[in-house]
Amino acid sequence: MRIFLEQMLNGLTIGSFYALIALGYSMVYGVMKLINFAHGDLFTLGSYLGFTLLVWGNAYVTSHVGLAGGMIAAMLIAAIGIGTAGIIVERIAYRPIYPAGRLPAVVSALGVSIFLENIIMVLWGPRYQAYPVNVVPTLRFEIGGIHITLLQIVILIFSFILLAILYYIVQKTTFGAAIRASALDRDTAALMGININTIIFFVFALGPALGGTAGVMVGMYYRQISFTMGWNYGLKAFTATILGGIGNIPGAMVGGLLLGIFEMLGSAYISTAYKDVFVFLILILVLIFRPRGLLGEKVAEKV
Amino acid sequence: MKSLLKIEDLQIFYGSIEALKGISLEVNAGEIVTVLGANGAGKSTLLKAISGLLPLRKGKIKLQEEELNNVPAFEIVRKGISHVPEGRKVFTTLTVEENLNLGAYIQRKDIKVVSEAKDRVFNLFPILKSRCNQLAGTLSGGEQQMLAMGRGLMNTPRVLLLDEPSLGLAPLLVRQIFQIIREINDQGVSILLVEQNARKALSIANRGYILETGNISISGLASDLKSNQKVQEAYLGGAAFKKKNRV
Ligand SMILES: Nc1ncnc2c1ncn2[C@@H]1O[C@H](COP(=O)(O)OP(=O)(O)OP(=O)(O)O)[C@@H](O)[C@H]1O
Ligand SMILES: [Mg+2]
Repeated sequence: MRIFLEQMLNGLTIGSFYALIALGYSMVYGVMKLINFAHGDLFTLGSYLGFTLLVWGNAYVTSHVGLAGGMIAAMLIAAIGIGTAGIIVERIAYRPIYPAGRLPAVVSALGVSIFLENIIMVLWGPRYQAYPVNVVPTLRFEIGGIHITLLQIVILIFSFILLAILYYIVQKTTFGAAIRASALDRDTAALMGININTIIFFVFALGPALGGTAGVMVGMYYRQISFTMGWNYGLKAFTATILGGIGNIPGAMVGGLLLGIFEMLGSAYISTAYKDVFVFLILILVLIFRPRGLLGEKVAEKV
Repeated sequence: MKSLLKIEDLQIFYGSIEALKGISLEVNAGEIVTVLGANGAGKSTLLKAISGLLPLRKGKIKLQEEELNNVPAFEIVRKGISHVPEGRKVFTTLTVEENLNLGAYIQRKDIKVVSEAKDRVFNLFPILKSRCNQLAGTLSGGEQQMLAMGRGLMNTPRVLLLDEPSLGLAPLLVRQIFQIIREINDQGVSILLVEQNARKALSIANRGYILETGNISISGLASDLKSNQKVQEAYLGGAAFKKKNRV
């Protein structure tokens, strides 16, 4: 039981990373029908941005703004920086080739992915980088025999706040309805007065911003980052997107959290080495039995 | 009478296919004007061109004195033209209420205006009120048509473009829809109504145009069109037959 609860907590933590990253895939896919393969690398870039900031600001953080201030600043700057990067990628790599169809855009996305990965390697080097120890809380405690770190709690709180805000915007406001409407039918959305460029701007800013924030969280949580980590996280988050139903915002959140939990339970009870096998097995099962994903709606017949 | 919407020599191409071959028509303030024509005549093309979804090859579209030629679709609504597209095109995975809210997207910041508009729509289509939280895709065809029209009215347009609102509806519902179109018009909204149900359309319209493969062949007062020999043969005699054969 103790192991189960601990693994649930660990699962929720990494699940919230997947969920934050998955939202970027899902929103962009929903509106553009494009799988943004560069998204995983934008996540990595966010992680490196946070890393650099915390290394530079190390002394300032410990002496002036405190751990909380440093963490918030790193996440905020990563969010703004990666949000901007997302918009630039869309302008440079996708917008000019939309008229050519969907396949060229996918190829371009792969190109951006490779480009970003190499840029990160050139700028920060091919070796692992480590987030400084003294800029994250190291407090650990025990509740009923379960080991919890303060960092874990902070990460969970931050990511759930972000998920809740995004859920509110997309599912509860008229602007959110406009995003979902644009994903369904652009022409009719335009007849409502919705400017598709505003929507595109929003999804390409917000999706990567959340991914970049997750990058900082991952850096703080594992402390070790590498220029290739976007591949693994991207793949998992993409799996989460499919799991929840691609284009479906609550689906991406649920998919991410579930995937994190599956992965951690799988590695605790089956085998750490096989945890990825476990994850992809679930993906395959979902694709076979519920191809629309867990929350994919039946009504959305249009493809 | 004062011309509200004026189209001059409008030419529209799909690639090399000429769908509209230089047509002119106008809608005066307060009028119901109908455009009749067979499948593929170019009726929907005309409405899409007006609402900015298609680029013009030639010609002019004017709302009062303002030229709308190069105004993008999402701006046209702001000028007071609302387009209820063919086949309803409700947002199926959104609720009825969200669909209506999107109809008032351009005024979404003004909660009072939106809720007043919603009340007006619920007055016209009471059924929508009881379906508020239901997904639009789960509505019946008739209800979806009502939602599409209600959504189109949410931004209190000056001109309402209706593309075959009776398409695929049972006779009783068709009568109801036409009744409501007249009511909307009574409230001061000018209407450009595209229809294949010529009999019904001419019964509520002030004037009409007959569109034949991209050209306007006949135009005039609705009463004149009804008694016109050619119109009777081509559009009134066969109307009942044609309707049955629609999907
Ligand atoms: N997207 C398109 N690409 C190419 N040709 C098109 C396109 N849309 C319409 N057309 C052609 O333009 C012509 C006019 O089409 P339009 O849809 O305006 O007809 P319509 O009068 O609305 O017919 P219906 O009563 O069936 O709705 C048709 O010949 C049609 O094949
Ligand atoms: Mg048509």
